[in-house]
Amino acid sequence: MSASSSQPASAPLSPKRSDVQTGVLGTWRNPGIWLILLAIVVVGVWPVVTQRAATREVIFTVLLSVVLASSLNIILGYTGYVSFGHIVFFGLGGYVGMYLLSAQQASLWVAIPVGGLAAALLAFLLGKAILRLRGAYFALATIGVNEAMRTFINNFEPFGGPTGISLNLKIYQEYGGAAQALWLTYYLLVVFALGAIILSFMVKTSKFGLGLVAIREDEDAAEVMGVITPNAKTWAYVLSAILPGMVGVLFYFKNGNVEPGDAFRLHFSIELLVMVMLGGFGTVLGPVIGAAGYQRLRGFLLTSPLFKDIQLAVAGVLLLVIILFIPAGAVGWLRNRFPVLRRVLP
Amino acid sequence: MPQIDLLLASLPDGILLGFVYGLAAMGLALIWGVMNVINLSHGPIITLGMFGTFFLFTRADTNPYLGLIPIAALGLLLGILIYIVAVHRVINAPHLSSLLATFSVNMIIIGLGTALLTTSPYNVDFTLPAIKIGSTTLLGTRLVAALVSILFTGGLYLFLYRARPGKYIRAVANNRAAAELMGIDSTRILALSFGLGTMLAAVSGALIATFFPFNILSGGGYELKSFVISVLGGLGNPIGALFGGLILGTLEGIIPAFLETSWVPVIEFSLFVMILLIRPSGLFGAKS
Amino acid sequence: MILQVQGVSKRFGGLQALSNVSFDLPEGQILGLIGPNGAGKTTLFNVINGVYPPNAGRVIFRQDDITNLKPYYVARKGLARTHQIVRPLNELTVRENVMVGACFGQQAVSLREATHIADEVLEYVGLADRADQPAGSLNVAQKKRLEMARALASRPYLLLLDEVLAGLNTSEITAMLDTIRQIRTRGITIIMIEHVMHAIMNVSDRIIVLDYGEQIAEGSPQEISQNEKVIEAYLGDPKLAERLMEQNNGDTGDS
Repeated sequence: MSASSSQPASAPLSPKRSDVQTGVLGTWRNPGIWLILLAIVVVGVWPVVTQRAATREVIFTVLLSVVLASSLNIILGYTGYVSFGHIVFFGLGGYVGMYLLSAQQASLWVAIPVGGLAAALLAFLLGKAILRLRGAYFALATIGVNEAMRTFINNFEPFGGPTGISLNLKIYQEYGGAAQALWLTYYLLVVFALGAIILSFMVKTSKFGLGLVAIREDEDAAEVMGVITPNAKTWAYVLSAILPGMVGVLFYFKNGNVEPGDAFRLHFSIELLVMVMLGGFGTVLGPVIGAAGYQRLRGFLLTSPLFKDIQLAVAGVLLLVIILFIPAGAVGWLRNRFPVLRRVLP
Repeated sequence: MPQIDLLLASLPDGILLGFVYGLAAMGLALIWGVMNVINLSHGPIITLGMFGTFFLFTRADTNPYLGLIPIAALGLLLGILIYIVAVHRVINAPHLSSLLATFSVNMIIIGLGTALLTTSPYNVDFTLPAIKIGSTTLLGTRLVAALVSILFTGGLYLFLYRARPGKYIRAVANNRAAAELMGIDSTRILALSFGLGTMLAAVSGALIATFFPFNILSGGGYELKSFVISVLGGLGNPIGALFGGLILGTLEGIIPAFLETSWVPVIEFSLFVMILLIRPSGLFGAKS
Repeated sequence: MILQVQGVSKRFGGLQALSNVSFDLPEGQILGLIGPNGAGKTTLFNVINGVYPPNAGRVIFRQDDITNLKPYYVARKGLARTHQIVRPLNELTVRENVMVGACFGQQAVSLREATHIADEVLEYVGLADRADQPAGSLNVAQKKRLEMARALASRPYLLLLDEVLAGLNTSEITAMLDTIRQIRTRGITIIMIEHVMHAIMNVSDRIIVLDYGEQIAEGSPQEISQNEKVIEAYLGDPKLAERLMEQNNGDTGDS
């Protein structure tokens, strides 16, 4: 074994061991991926079994974060492009879906895919424009885009301007009543969560995914080796936008109401980043653990009388500690410490 | 023509505000230029400056302009502290690290601030007589603030070009390794630069408090303006930041004459993204 | 002719990096590219493989005009290169690094295929036992071999090697030269930029000399080492001039 790597001590965009798993373990024969999917199913089924709305709400929040964090991981963790404004896809999808639901009397089954499509289209167009930028410039541009979208929709009459779009409560009758509708959105979300994991795994174990991590490690070298970087990056961005767009529709349908300030909250975007970093980015499991862990922490803080008011501050301290001391995140750290786990934790 | 009236009313105000925006942006631009770090805690520090003026004014009966001195000092110290605790360890790591590190400081300040001060609005009941020129009213607070901004800009310029520590800062900004080889303690200089950047942010916040009511979250808006201005003026170029501020202030002054005020941010952000795409080194060129 | 460079010029702002460089390269040849530092050798590589478009001139590869093609399209046509300062994909394993070359190069194979090709190529360059290590943990000589392995895995027709011997000790150089000769016997044409004079004089069939972006000489190693203009150019670099003179005094063919 030769000398240690020449990486700086804290380099978060560098999980210590390889992520692309090859051979048998890079396929569906890897037990790790089935374990994750099973965990999602178990967690997802739990509120159904207990039939408790409160539990369902908690799990809903967690699974929503899992979908969003896993999607962000595709452009952030695999490709190495830091998207600070990723929430824009969630917001835009939500808005398009809500518009269809209210103004166009569309059914949820139409609104959801169209919401995803709108987000994907935005990602495609944006990708062509801003994926040319590197590093911090790209990050700033994503913030700019999110803010531009928020302020634009604030002025956009068909989308309700500053007051947003509200659903007429009668709409829930089409889905069996308000209670039933809530359960429906929940089931759909569980399906989306499974989908997000599967997508993440498929990207990671594909040739496309190999190209993405090559871009992350050294974009110029990747180009010289034949990776068509503009296309790869754009597709990564599109893939990272579809699911957030679709679950955006779900979320706001359930919420009954969408407003520009809510839908494009920059802080939520950053929280997604924290989740991915906390769990360990560039892995399939990382965003899942990060999302679950962060939401759990947040829930704990919000209900604890001591920490209730300073929840954001605690999250900040957490993020700082991770960045300074364990940049590879939980899963990354585990994989370094116990290399044998590397084969099982995708 | 009603347009011209509106223009005459809002344009001078916008320009004067632009000086203060420029001052704020200068803080961001300085840190970026010297150490390639985008300080995402910029906004909350502006807010702290605002609260500084408030508390000094209401609790200690201090004139807001005199209050600038302790606020500047505290801003400087806070910046040095933030650098040492959060930034120093990741200064050589990829950008994401420092972005997230400074953002975590942002979250900490906002979190603590919200707990202590809630999100209710605060107001500094301070006015100065206004000057009327023709049909235009120039508010006293704006004029003094613009003046103060120019003074600070001049002071910064003198410091960077005449004072020894300032020259060290420019050396480190230019080539950190070479500066170290020549015996400059880059850690101290970086901490100082960061502190200067936050000092400017705090002072600009303190001045803005004399214009508008604010709350714990207000800094965010000015942070975004600072990004836009820095990109306009060239990330890393403090003088460009001042001009960028004037451009932005002018825009904010002109646009309401033709469009609803609510379109102003849309135009700002679109401009921001466009400049990033076309000329990321800004209109005046970034300091390398 | 596998490669035709016709009147290529490149300027960067005020600096004319390349002026009217032209040459033809027959298939299967090893062409050496030498010149003092800053002569424009790496720039020429960058123009050939598409990193910069030239300001004037054309590059024709296997009868295809690739002058303004981006590097990724050039790579897919079967032109691979290594870099002067090695660029491993640090956090991927050695094998994965090579797989990238295989997956996106001329043959564009599947992941599974790429694993086999990678193992084969790693065997060939002698890195097979390090296949599962992160690329960042290799030493310089190994990283150079990795660069080569990556380039070879893409099954190129033409291989551009940029100072692949720099930083190697004598025995490593000998080993690398052997490998290069073997690569040629596999049918791959090679252009090499080198400063290690005895090595490049030894292994090249033909040599082109650049100085300040201009072609000042072209010919066999023997001819080049006796060329006055070349010696003069290198007088700015006395060590190299000395070595050139040593070549001249008849110990070519040695080592």
